[in-house]
Amino acid sequence: MEGFWTRIALRIWVALILLFLFIPILLIFVYAFNTSNIESWPIPGLTLKWFTASWDDAQIRTALGLSVEAGLAATALALILGSCAAFAIHRMTFFGRDAISLLFVLPLALPGIITGIALNAFFSFGGFPLSFWTIVVGHTTFCIVVVYNNVLARLRRSQGSLVEAAMDLGANGFQTFRDITLPLISTSVVAGAMLAFALSFDEVIVTTFTAGAQNTLPIWIFGAIRLGQRLPEVNVVVSFVILVTIVPVIIAARLTGGGGAARVPAAR
Amino acid sequence: MAVTTTAGRLRKNRGAAPLQSLFWRLPWLRSALLLTPPLGWFVLIYLSSLVLLLITAFWTIDTFTTQIVQVWSLDNFTLILNEPAYRLIIGRTVGLAAVVTITDTVLAFPFAYFMARVATRRIQTLLFAAVLLPLWASYLARVYAWILILNHSGILNWSLQSIGLPPANVGYTIPAMWIVFSYIWLPFMIIPTYAALERVPESLLEAAADLGAPRWRAVRDVVLPLAIPGVVAGSIFTFSLTLGDYITPILVGGAGSTFIGNVVYSSVGIANNVPFAAALAMVPVAIMAVYLLIARRLGAFEAL
Repeated sequence: MEGFWTRIALRIWVALILLFLFIPILLIFVYAFNTSNIESWPIPGLTLKWFTASWDDAQIRTALGLSVEAGLAATALALILGSCAAFAIHRMTFFGRDAISLLFVLPLALPGIITGIALNAFFSFGGFPLSFWTIVVGHTTFCIVVVYNNVLARLRRSQGSLVEAAMDLGANGFQTFRDITLPLISTSVVAGAMLAFALSFDEVIVTTFTAGAQNTLPIWIFGAIRLGQRLPEVNVVVSFVILVTIVPVIIAARLTGGGGAARVPAAR
Repeated sequence: MAVTTTAGRLRKNRGAAPLQSLFWRLPWLRSALLLTPPLGWFVLIYLSSLVLLLITAFWTIDTFTTQIVQVWSLDNFTLILNEPAYRLIIGRTVGLAAVVTITDTVLAFPFAYFMARVATRRIQTLLFAAVLLPLWASYLARVYAWILILNHSGILNWSLQSIGLPPANVGYTIPAMWIVFSYIWLPFMIIPTYAALERVPESLLEAAADLGAPRWRAVRDVVLPLAIPGVVAGSIFTFSLTLGDYITPILVGGAGSTFIGNVVYSSVGIANNVPFAAALAMVPVAIMAVYLLIARRLGAFEAL
């Protein structure tokens, strides 16, 4: 066991790191209620007016709509492709298995700008004009891995004997899938979908290169912060984005016991 | 009734049987069918994009028409290597990425150590969640938060003033970027370090103690070497993510904070010189390739 003073020192360190991690995030929520349109501390008073102003703003609404639609489409595609890959890889022990896992994680591990300009070059070279679907293609590419990781981790932990038992009792492939496999993996699929949506909803770098002239919510935020304009609305929108990304992650973490939402490799 | 249902089921089973038995005899066929859509997606869209990017790096553009000239040349690379401005930018980017990685290692290690070896199971779970939430909370939001904190009438200067210190004008400088990068990527370092520390069996420490090693010595000579793969795994993320970023330099860096990513970004967006952008983008890719090779030597992939 660690010595008394070591433990005290570690506790203080942990407390400081937690403050470092959370104060900035909490601060944004406070600023969202700022009466002044100047972002200085301390804020002079509390108001809800920026919430209504943001809600009524046509630009913000269009951007929100695009983000939600692109997020849902990318999540759906990632769900199908990621689950297929997890099922294939789980059953097989072939030489390319590690290479395939590495390939799927590449869009998250490589700097986003590489994926962004690569896709941008691909679309312009192939003659595809930037549109809603180019955003979806970009997002799907980096969302597949979270679905894949979650489903694969669950498949590895669940017992193959259950499937064999079902087959022995006369269930066909479809029945086994519906009655045994699907209930076993369903929460991991939902968790993967939640994380994929959160990832997509917040993405800015790849989107910049695949969206053309369209604004998703993060692109709108980036533009506004960069120009230093409409910061009161930015406070509100950013608080909203934090909630939209964090809530699915909490649900996903609950469904998978924490490990599934790690985003970085945490547990084997 | 039950008989008919069973019979019906059996009939259905027989209908599905040929395909099923085919999959049973040739299990690779099932996997191949399942793997085709996702692998096809990656190969057709992602890999071919990356290959196209690599090829484009060896092309040039016509300076008058800004059309891409598809002639093989090393012009872009010689320009990058010979122009002092680009060398400065590459040096700045790599240097800050290294400093951020070291900062995060120092910040993360005691935290991860506490999580893995001191905290109770309950506290461990809570801390894990506490690290995960900022990891997923919007990237832009977390950069923006620091603009609010560091600007001259922000909470940092207000705090300094209230304890009688002069204001620290950190906003829009390279130190601001250092703080923001270290903040944003810190969870990426904590989680793998924690995972590595948690796998160190307590019995090893007991053995060290039995052999007369004081606690600090056991930590230095037993725990630390075993934690290195985790730290290196975390550093892959902190280093690579800093290396490729251009948003943070735009938002919190001031004059003289241009990163590789910013030049790439403006080469595509403003100058419309995709070949040069592609060539410059190969710099972080090459650096990461070397880094990953070293990381593999250090056993970081086993920690992944």
